[in-house]
Amino acid sequence: MLHYVSQILPSLLSGAWMTIKIFFWTLIASIPLGILASLGLTSKIAPLRWILKFYVWLMRGTPLLLQLIFVFYGLPIIGIIFQRYDAALFAFILNYTAYFAEIFRGGFQSIDPGQYESARVLRLTRGQTLRKIVIPQVIKIVVPSIGNETINLIKDSSLVYVIGLGDLLRAGNVATARDVTLLPLVLVGIIYLLMTAVATYVLRKVEQHYRAWR
Amino acid sequence: MLELKKIKKQFNGRTILDNFDMQVKDNQITTIVGPSGAGKTTLLRCISGLEKIDSGSFTLDGKPFDPANNRDNDNVIGVVFQDFQLFPNLTVLDNITLAPQLVLKQSKTDAEKRAQKLIDQLNLTGKEGLYPYQLSGGQKQRLAIVRALAMNPKILCYDEPTSALDPDLRQTVEDIILGLKKQNVTQIVVTHDMEFAKNIADQLVRVEPIKA
Ligand SMILES: Nc1ncnc2c1ncn2[C@@H]1O[C@H](COP(=O)(O)OP(=O)(O)O)[C@@H](O)[C@H]1O
Ligand SMILES: [Mg+2]
Repeated sequence: MLHYVSQILPSLLSGAWMTIKIFFWTLIASIPLGILASLGLTSKIAPLRWILKFYVWLMRGTPLLLQLIFVFYGLPIIGIIFQRYDAALFAFILNYTAYFAEIFRGGFQSIDPGQYESARVLRLTRGQTLRKIVIPQVIKIVVPSIGNETINLIKDSSLVYVIGLGDLLRAGNVATARDVTLLPLVLVGIIYLLMTAVATYVLRKVEQHYRAWR
Repeated sequence: MLELKKIKKQFNGRTILDNFDMQVKDNQITTIVGPSGAGKTTLLRCISGLEKIDSGSFTLDGKPFDPANNRDNDNVIGVVFQDFQLFPNLTVLDNITLAPQLVLKQSKTDAEKRAQKLIDQLNLTGKEGLYPYQLSGGQKQRLAIVRALAMNPKILCYDEPTSALDPDLRQTVEDIILGLKKQNVTQIVVTHDMEFAKNIADQLVRVEPIKA
């Protein structure tokens, strides 16, 4: 059995690498974009607010699976063609940015307006106020929700299966179908558990870091 | 000297301040008294530029002055808010040195040296590394005062400095305000506490509610 495991492990790990890449780039892009979008959602410019509200509504109200299919199989019909990997990243970033935007919007709204005023009488610029005062407080508030979404993202990444990308789930499924054994799928489950465990650990560290103050 | 001439301020068509005149003399304590809802906080917010006035004018040392668009770092109007509005994510020391570094472009060492003087003077020694939530009410207030003083304000304003404190801390606030006066800090103190006002005031200004 060990021999078999060592045989299929390389393909599983290369699938896991794809999963990690999608996870990582989605997170790296969606969090800052989510912050920007959340600022837009609370902006004084009404059209900007409407557009972003519509975007968030659309992304949260339809399945990520549909969005993925739409980007990869749908958009080519109107001449927009993505490589599989690009399509996956595009759909994931678009989707997760919307979720993060909602989370950050809630975070920003729970900041006492007095914080902006006290920063203002101290002559801080808007950018300084956001960077030094507001965003750290927002992050502290949103870390638990961001954490949930992060764990979701690891699992959601398996949806790229549908556009034929060679991720962890596909690697396991291929091996199971070929060798008629459950083992690859069990291994896939274990690798997902490991990845969520690492993410949970990192998130706990971040939460601890923000526990220094209240 | 800060002079207010015919200041008018309305909220949704309701007049809060009408043709309000006032002079704030240098190195003095000007107290603003009046019943709750009279517009004392509003007046302070106009002076510190947090609210735009509807008409009237300000002069500072004889020159026209617009608190709402005041970028001159020699003319800072400091504010100690009623609820202090300390920055919870920053330590005591960082609360104080943030703006001097970012706005007045003081070096970190410089800002910390100046902060330390104020910290010692207002009895916060040893608290430098704590976060605001770890301070008592009185300590929070003193931190708010130090944070404002670190910007070398032309005028330092307080909104109801006795309201968030235990009665036995009232004397301490009095001592602090009178102590700063000796160091030639020009101060405006809003309060509805007449006795407190009389104890500290060089000048007492009344704000009366305007009947609709
Ligand atoms: N932003 C605002 N919008 C509308 N009304 C306000 C606002 N701020 C204060 N007011 C009203 O102005 C009046 C004076 O308020 P305030 O200046 O806080 O009084 P004081 O500090 O003397 O108790 C009150 O009736 C209050 O409801
Ligand atoms: Mg008030």
